[in-house]
Amino acid sequence: MILAQLSLESGPSIGLLAILVSAALTDNILLTRFLGMCPFLAVSREMKSAFGLGIAVTFVTTFTAAINAALYTHVLEPLGLHVGLKLILFIVVIAAFVQLMEMLIERISIGLYYALGIFLPLITVNCAILGTSLFMINKHYTVVQGLVFGFGSGLGWMLAIVLMAGIRDRLKRAQIPPALEGPGISLIITGIMALAFVGFSGMIQ
Amino acid sequence: MVTILVAPLLVGGICAVLAALLVLAERTLVNYGTCRIDINQGGKQLEVKGGRPLLATLMAESIFIPSACGGRGTCAYCKVHVLEGGGPVAPTEATLLSDEERKADVRISCQLKVRNDLAIEIPEELFRVRQFTGVVERIRDLTHDIKEVRVRLAEPDAIDFTPGQYVQLQAPAYGKNPEPVYRAYSISSPPSDGGHVEMMIRLVPGGICTTWVFEILKEGDEVHLNGPYGEFRLSDDSGKEMIWIAGGSGMAPFWSIVRDLREKKAERKCTYFFGAVAERDLFLLDEFRALEKELPGFRFLPALSGADQDGWAGEKGLITEVVGRHLPDGEGKEGYLCGSGGMIDASVKVLTAKGIPEERIYYDKFT
Repeated sequence: MILAQLSLESGPSIGLLAILVSAALTDNILLTRFLGMCPFLAVSREMKSAFGLGIAVTFVTTFTAAINAALYTHVLEPLGLHVGLKLILFIVVIAAFVQLMEMLIERISIGLYYALGIFLPLITVNCAILGTSLFMINKHYTVVQGLVFGFGSGLGWMLAIVLMAGIRDRLKRAQIPPALEGPGISLIITGIMALAFVGFSGMIQ
Repeated sequence: MVTILVAPLLVGGICAVLAALLVLAERTLVNYGTCRIDINQGGKQLEVKGGRPLLATLMAESIFIPSACGGRGTCAYCKVHVLEGGGPVAPTEATLLSDEERKADVRISCQLKVRNDLAIEIPEELFRVRQFTGVVERIRDLTHDIKEVRVRLAEPDAIDFTPGQYVQLQAPAYGKNPEPVYRAYSISSPPSDGGHVEMMIRLVPGGICTTWVFEILKEGDEVHLNGPYGEFRLSDDSGKEMIWIAGGSGMAPFWSIVRDLREKKAERKCTYFFGAVAERDLFLLDEFRALEKELPGFRFLPALSGADQDGWAGEKGLITEVVGRHLPDGEGKEGYLCGSGGMIDASVKVLTAKGIPEERIYYDKFT
């Protein structure tokens, strides 16, 4: 396959593009793993905020996955502590990174800070981000692969929430049985979206 | 055994590194140095430490902008004109500002961080605003759900205000209220009694400040308030005939204004319509009857809107209907309103229909 030929020599024989596509589509963190559901349901009412949160999540997953991959392969594994400590340290790293990002963005671009500002603190407790770091470890990725995996995973989450926001925008004018209004119909739609994403599963072996 | 030692050291070490990074970032990234704030185009210059919200920064310099929510960005009282250096509007401000206000560079000062030099404009009278500490001298029931609270000012010991203005009373943290909040109440005492502030406080079920006043506050307690604020006052030069309309605790500013008029022996013509549901909601009737005798141009017309007010010989019906009946023509008159939003909207309609132009109708809305 073309995707498989793009592999880097450092890691196991899987290409970066393949990692990206599989993280975003076939293994979509939201629609196949059902992680990050709370912000997905809470912030998908409006396209603008869904997009903003999507960007913020992509940004944070990308860099935390890379930092965590480095921490895991270069510090935890050599010390033999990778089993017990990865969870606790990944959480600490994500929390600190989000804090740091918040300060940095506030200093560099007030506009971007305001666009993301309310979402950044929310991200610390988004399980899709911790999930991405943990899945990455299961797949034995290198730092570069982890970065790409994180980016793809974030993109996939953003794709899902943006699609959901579009659908919910149309639902505002739809006639929904009263019993299903709100979370009910949202969860059913999420399920159907997840079924649709199963269709991608044949793309990458 | 080694693992037991290495693991905590590693976790501690990584946490320490991250914490050090954050502290370093805070020192370098969030440090905005000294910022200059120019108020009213050279009227006052401040040099302040940047990085805090404008509202808190000004408060530290003893300039009090009205604010009811304590800087949480919900009440939208602390609006300030920011001429220079405001930067983009934060999402937390966006919902609180109208399009006109945005064009006029109005900002919510508790949500605007001082990051650089600023040029702002505030009403000149805000320089007169002070933070007061006082002692509750008397609490009395005016009706079943309105209390009059009289505070003797201690530090500073006198307030200089125009009748019709309001103060912000601080409800301290208690029970379910985690932090102090400020609520606005019109001053009901006349300015000649500058050593005291009286307020009329109506019980709002579930209200933070009113619950505190009704259930916890006692005579002798220390209270904090700041003021005076507000544009609501008589237009002093016109001498036009006035129509006052109030309901419930909307009585407060008029009780201050009317006693001020009595002291000044003003002869300006005035009709005061006071709306209530039942007789138990009326108060200060005897005082107003006495005032009618002392002030030749003054008339007091209380009206009851509730059904079955058989014992009541006075006006009946909604206050707007009563105004409609008693005001043949609004030409050359002014309207002064104080009460709930619904009452004010309805009253403005009646008065404009009678020919009082909207710029001659003044009001405070209690929401």
